[in-house]
Amino acid sequence: MLRIEQEVIDKIIEHGRTEAPLEACGYLAQKNGVVCRSITMKNIDASPVHYSMDPAEQFAAVRDCRAEGLSIRAVYHTHPETAAYPSAEDIKLAYDPAISYVIISLAKNNPSIHSFIIREEEVFPEQIEIIVGTADARCGQVSHR
Amino acid sequence: MQITVNGEANELNEAEINLAKLLDIRQVESPEMVAVQLNGEFVEMKNYTSTYLKTGDDVEFLYFMGGGSR
Repeated sequence: MLRIEQEVIDKIIEHGRTEAPLEACGYLAQKNGVVCRSITMKNIDASPVHYSMDPAEQFAAVRDCRAEGLSIRAVYHTHPETAAYPSAEDIKLAYDPAISYVIISLAKNNPSIHSFIIREEEVFPEQIEIIVGTADARCGQVSHR
Repeated sequence: MQITVNGEANELNEAEINLAKLLDIRQVESPEMVAVQLNGEFVEMKNYTSTYLKTGDDVEFLYFMGGGSR
């Protein structure tokens, strides 16, 4: 189960809407088992149907999280025009066995968000528990990103 | 040999170890899909086997992230 602050969900939806019609992407970081931080990453593909992260930015994000006592829990990206389900490309490129893959669909007025565990090209839907609270307070510090 | 891997201290029994072997020990199943930094510098995959580690080295690796809606 992915436990995530409502405030974080709001932020990643806002990120997606800002980047639309391009896909948006980022990391979700947790503390004490709850995702309390979204880390906006640049989609170096700058595409409406693809995303790739910049490895240098990935390393920086991971180090920043570690320095704040956070750990990477998931990666997220948006599907501006399609459903919140992993595409064939999403499945093929899901190499990291240690994280969840969160997809936000902006295809309808009301965005939908789903989390998946993808292992060896098999997709397992993951339940999301939304936590109401103050994400930055849970993380312990205000995000600088 | 003591090194740091992804921020955690690791004591390795091997007297000599290269990056390729380290990724194998860490059970990285798709090494071609990870990026590696040694002491903050990127190491190209073609150099994994020739890059030997020494005590105090700081190794970071992570998976490339990408996908798409089609």
